Amino acid sequence: MSPVFYLLAAITIAGGLAAVLLKKLVHCALAAAAAFAGLALLFLSLDAQFAGFVQFLVYLGAVAILIVFAILLTRNAEEQDGGLFSRTWFAGLVVAAAVFAVIGWAVLRSGSVLPNQLAVPTATVRDIGVALMGRYVLPLEIVALLLTAATIGAVIVAMHEKEGEQ
Amino acid sequence: MTPLSAYLLVGALVFAIGLAAALTRRNAILVLIGIELMLNAANLNLIAFWRFGPNPEALIGMMFAIFSIAVAAAEAAVGLGLVIAIYRHYNTTDLDQLNRMKG
Amino acid sequence: MAQNLDQIFVLLTGWMVSYLPEWLRPYGVAVLGVVGVLAVYVTLFALTTWFERKGLGRMQNRYGPNRCGPFGLFQPVADGIKALTKEDLVPRSADQVVHFLAPLVLLIVICMGLAILPVGRNMVLVDMDAGLLFFFALGASTELSVFMAGWSSRNKFSLLGAMRAIAQMISYEVPLLLSAISAVMIAGTLSLPKIVEAQAGFSGILPHWYVFTPWGFAGAVIFGIAAKAETNRCPFDLPEGESELVAGYFTEYSGFKFAIFFIAEYLGMFSISSVSVTLFFGGWGAPLSFLTFIPSWIWFFAKVLTIIFVFIWVRATLPRLRQDQLMNFAWKFLLPLSLINLGVTALWRFMGDGWQRWIVCAAIVIVSYIVLGLWGMRRQHVAPRKYSYAD
Repeated sequence: MSPVFYLLAAITIAGGLAAVLLKKLVHCALAAAAAFAGLALLFLSLDAQFAGFVQFLVYLGAVAILIVFAILLTRNAEEQDGGLFSRTWFAGLVVAAAVFAVIGWAVLRSGSVLPNQLAVPTATVRDIGVALMGRYVLPLEIVALLLTAATIGAVIVAMHEKEGEQ
Repeated sequence: MTPLSAYLLVGALVFAIGLAAALTRRNAILVLIGIELMLNAANLNLIAFWRFGPNPEALIGMMFAIFSIAVAAAEAAVGLGLVIAIYRHYNTTDLDQLNRMKG
Repeated sequence: MAQNLDQIFVLLTGWMVSYLPEWLRPYGVAVLGVVGVLAVYVTLFALTTWFERKGLGRMQNRYGPNRCGPFGLFQPVADGIKALTKEDLVPRSADQVVHFLAPLVLLIVICMGLAILPVGRNMVLVDMDAGLLFFFALGASTELSVFMAGWSSRNKFSLLGAMRAIAQMISYEVPLLLSAISAVMIAGTLSLPKIVEAQAGFSGILPHWYVFTPWGFAGAVIFGIAAKAETNRCPFDLPEGESELVAGYFTEYSGFKFAIFFIAEYLGMFSISSVSVTLFFGGWGAPLSFLTFIPSWIWFFAKVLTIIFVFIWVRATLPRLRQDQLMNFAWKFLLPLSLINLGVTALWRFMGDGWQRWIVCAAIVIVSYIVLGLWGMRRQHVAPRKYSYAD
């Protein structure tokens, strides 16, 4: 493995850990943004240029901004009494560690059967466009519908309730 | 260790971190961040399998990842909308206090 | 001769690199390219600050800078020395780490955007297959650094400025992307050098630039307006409206960090102008067929500077918008117009080469412009203003 991979993996994991452990919510959101950026760079290191840039555009440009807006809109939620973690944090930690142990064990045990094709695949934007408009056109349309529905739904859910109006 | 298993291990670790965030933190927004991290870890696996697996020109893993990014964006919008609606109603986003079924 | 002059920087790089050992050459080319592009754009930044103040002065009937050097030409140098020697103040209640990181992230992201610009024939640092997507992905990442700057300052003006800036950038990103997509649809590629190549060639003496088609003209205008909003330039400079918010999200920055924000704003303006030149104005191509003997890089920078001049001109001419006007303009006028323009582009693509497509496409663009404009400017019932804090 190249040093670039280790660097990117370190950025991603450090960002993720900081997002879980930090105290201030905005710091958590920024750390999560660092983790998203690290993942996008990992996509680029896997020669998936288009997916990496899409990850940048969607996660850093939209999701991270949405999260910080939500944090600022729920402002005095920051002053919580009784710690950052829920009462059942120990059980949650055990479950997460168990999941990681099982997946890691499975990955390490299956090293010999995993595919290992080292030739760099070419996925030009043209190929992706042709695939999206040809074989995957139905999922594309459904995703468009889903995004529209989600936008409208999010606006309606987050809209002011009418009862408070004078 | 092959390159693919290294990427899969990173994916597993990010998934576990996201799961820990979703299960242990008290703030609803942090839980959503954890869910996003889990989705991202899955995307990393998809892209890694596309890169090292057979038949990369079919673009299957790549397409899965792109669609999953789009779905994750929709999920984030709806989830944060719900968090804001809950905050308006209860004036808190602390999940330990949101334990009543009655509004 | 003209050939050599056109490729002078490429040849120069090759000559300098030939002194290096074989295995170092790719790195040498990369380093020289990066240094060259950064040097050119930073010089351009210094000249533009002078040009802007001088031009604004001329348009407002005053002299502008005239103390340092001939015609005040050394004013940028004096400004640089001032920024470097000033004390770097950080508010005590500020979030130190985030406050420090915000300008760095902004500058890095903006400088990365310069890498994909084709500044001349065979003169592009990285020819990426998804270059335009890369540019917009970087543009999306600047929003986060703006938020970091505004939030970490612990100042209501900073936070308000950052919120305004983010809302504005997100709103205007939509028409920006949609109008860029119309050029991509015709060129059939996201790679910027290939988009320039698709606009090469002349019919008669006129070039095949996209701006000379109905959809391209509308797209270029929409792109230009959205680009002004993206770079927070007047009349869209609400995020840093100095009469309302002191200086917006960089109120609490001083000394060199303030200078970094200033540089980043100008470099962002250059890169987005360069992209609009590439998308709609033929990149480094000559405007008339008998002018091709002039080197391509001269044409590129001439076009970029022309667009910068238009930016300055608009800044001197138009007053600042109000926040609701800004949002209405983006969502109710630019967005529908750019969507219609996208449809017109598809129509243009599939109508063949005849003269009919000119009439049909131009008619659709003009009619939708007039209808949307009238609808936007219709007489609205204005209720008496209600101040919720005074009740």
